[in-house]
Amino acid sequence: MSIEKMAMPQLGESVTEGTISQWLVAVGDTVNKYDPIAEVTTDKVNAEVPSSFSGRITALLVQEGDTLPVGEPICSIEVEGADRESVKTEDPLKKEKLSSGVQDDRDQSMKKRYSPAVLRLAQENDIDLEQLTGSGRSGRITRKDVQNYIDSVQSTKSENEVPANKEAEDQGQPGRLTGAACFSEAVAQAAGKTGTGQSSRTEAGDVDVPLTGVRRAIASNMLRSKHEIPHAWTMVEVDVTSLVNYRNQIKKDFQQKEGTKLTYLPFFIKAIVTALKDFPRMNSTWAGDRIIEKKAVNISLAVSSEDALYVPVIRNADEKSIKGIAIAVDELAKKVRNNRLSPDDMHGGTFTVNNTGSFGSIQSQPIINYPQAAILSVESIVKRPVVVNNMIAIRDMVNLCISIDHRVLDGWITGRFLARVKELLENISPDNTPIY
Amino acid sequence: MAVISYIEAITQALKEEMERDENVFIMGEDVGKRGGVFQATKGLYEEFGQKRVIDTPLAESAIVGVGIGAAMYGMRPVAEMQFADFMLPATNQIISEAAKTRYRSNNDWSVPLTIRAPYGGGVHGGLYHSQSMEAIFANVPGLKIVMPSTPYDVKGLLKASIRDPDPVIFFEHKRAYRLIKGEVPDEEYVLPIGKADVKREGEDVTVITYGLAVHFALQAAEKLAAEGISTHVLDLQTVYPLDKETVIEAARKTGKVLLVTEDTKEGSVISEVAATIAENCLFDLDAPIRRLAAPDVPPMPYAAPLEKTCMLQPDQVEHAIRELAEF
Repeated sequence: MSIEKMAMPQLGESVTEGTISQWLVAVGDTVNKYDPIAEVTTDKVNAEVPSSFSGRITALLVQEGDTLPVGEPICSIEVEGADRESVKTEDPLKKEKLSSGVQDDRDQSMKKRYSPAVLRLAQENDIDLEQLTGSGRSGRITRKDVQNYIDSVQSTKSENEVPANKEAEDQGQPGRLTGAACFSEAVAQAAGKTGTGQSSRTEAGDVDVPLTGVRRAIASNMLRSKHEIPHAWTMVEVDVTSLVNYRNQIKKDFQQKEGTKLTYLPFFIKAIVTALKDFPRMNSTWAGDRIIEKKAVNISLAVSSEDALYVPVIRNADEKSIKGIAIAVDELAKKVRNNRLSPDDMHGGTFTVNNTGSFGSIQSQPIINYPQAAILSVESIVKRPVVVNNMIAIRDMVNLCISIDHRVLDGWITGRFLARVKELLENISPDNTPIY
Repeated sequence: MAVISYIEAITQALKEEMERDENVFIMGEDVGKRGGVFQATKGLYEEFGQKRVIDTPLAESAIVGVGIGAAMYGMRPVAEMQFADFMLPATNQIISEAAKTRYRSNNDWSVPLTIRAPYGGGVHGGLYHSQSMEAIFANVPGLKIVMPSTPYDVKGLLKASIRDPDPVIFFEHKRAYRLIKGEVPDEEYVLPIGKADVKREGEDVTVITYGLAVHFALQAAEKLAAEGISTHVLDLQTVYPLDKETVIEAARKTGKVLLVTEDTKEGSVISEVAATIAENCLFDLDAPIRRLAAPDVPPMPYAAPLEKTCMLQPDQVEHAIRELAEF
């Protein structure tokens, strides 16, 4: 037994709807096939609608006077025997199962098939498509994916730049923070999407800290560096007693003359830069099929603000005196504090110096500033008893820690580089270390 | 604003143009006393008389030929082809005479003739009452081909066709006649020929089509909106010459283009649309241009299940949009 529906018949070409003018049956009536059940009026004809089934009328679905499109159900009839409905309903179900089975979420075969529109957008906006997740079939990155990504980058940027960084606007470059930050935003996105993992549920009392653009950039840079660069690490200790003495001797004078504090950092940078000139391999980058030794010596300097880390660049540090470096360091630090870094300030570093000593650290394992080959951290200068000429003496000691890209650099060259830095630092004296 | 049917819009446009300009007159098979087989000219014979609503012999070549002569003489004839399928005897008159008279006479003569013809399937019309003929004429400079989708467009564009100084073929979808209803303003208006019309704004997929299929696209778009797929629907309205500028703009908008016609696929009007997009939008395209059309078989079958198979169906449009959106 099954319920069949009678539909509004098509009564002539171009007729698309009909009006039930009169029902000829009532609910409960038994009808035979071809018995008239209703009178229908169209704008062409009046006609009786014959029943398509034999059975009992169970419901009249429209009122007399109602107009409805051809094919719409007008009444239902309970039919003896035939079980057509169940047969009918099986089919679509099967189809649905089949089609949903074919679609495999993990299929990424289209991930690298880029449409012209996607390539153009990626090119125009400097986007590394490798880092995007595609929402299209088989993981294809759609034009909309790229557009959404561009929009989200722009909106997160403008969000955290409005309060902090009005500078970008003054320079007429809204939304473009740094080359490095931009280049790494894509990774940040990927990291943000895939890296959240399971434990990201917030429980009572937890505080959700929304990611700023800078934080995203940091995250992606770190992730990329750690993922791609095989890090190796080593440390040397340096006796900087003579540096400490020398600096104490001139720091007052310097401040008066230059209006800037003379810290130890410029001396370290000067020594590092000099050593870099001797060991150009330290000042290089891994380029996949080759190593590029950079001619320019641009020192990226890790500078912290309240909750972010920037690595602005001292350009051509090898051409600067200690004073020049001191001024540059001071300028960059001020810019970071006042959120006035420009994209140019962040671009083109070839080697990073990290002044971890400033917060008392005596040892650290820095992560390389991608795509450079090495990062050196200068730890705290501390007074320690050490053996000098077989006697115990109190000396000013500092640890220099270095992380290297082991694809580019080996322990041997790194060791010699550090030895050179150490030599330069330990031999600092008023005679051989001009400030100007 | 009154809600009227597609065919009522035709009758209104004819009536208003005949009232406005006494040079406008109607010719065709059964258009007079009978009011046309579809009742498009219903009441006009009574109102304007037998000199302005003329029943003709069953000779399309003569209907168009007489129309061309009258038009050259300064009249504004509206010639009805009872079915677009019956236009073929008149193709010589249309293509070699009407379309070329302005050029041939060095601009001395023109043919302000409107040829109305019901086309399209889905009405159980079989081989001789279901065809789409636009592609045959869409390669003939000198002609304009208008194929509106809504009563509003029908009225505004039929009036524009009658007022146009050159021959216009005005194809009316016979299934739309009573199926499609819509609001039409009470005041006088005319719509520009040669302009495509955005029927729905969307972001994910662009559907470019014309005629009844516009409604299929709009229905599908409405359904798919619930699934989060946003569809841009462009109604060509004039299929020849194409409004290339608007077509290109619509294609660029989403980069995923579905072209729909109920005509057979190869050499159809939408093939030309596809070529226009391919020529102009390569770097905006995010998916292959997709054409949805009737299978390339000779007839529209009479048998209902076969007709349904051959005739473009709304769920096909929906399916094709979804496919593109997911691509």
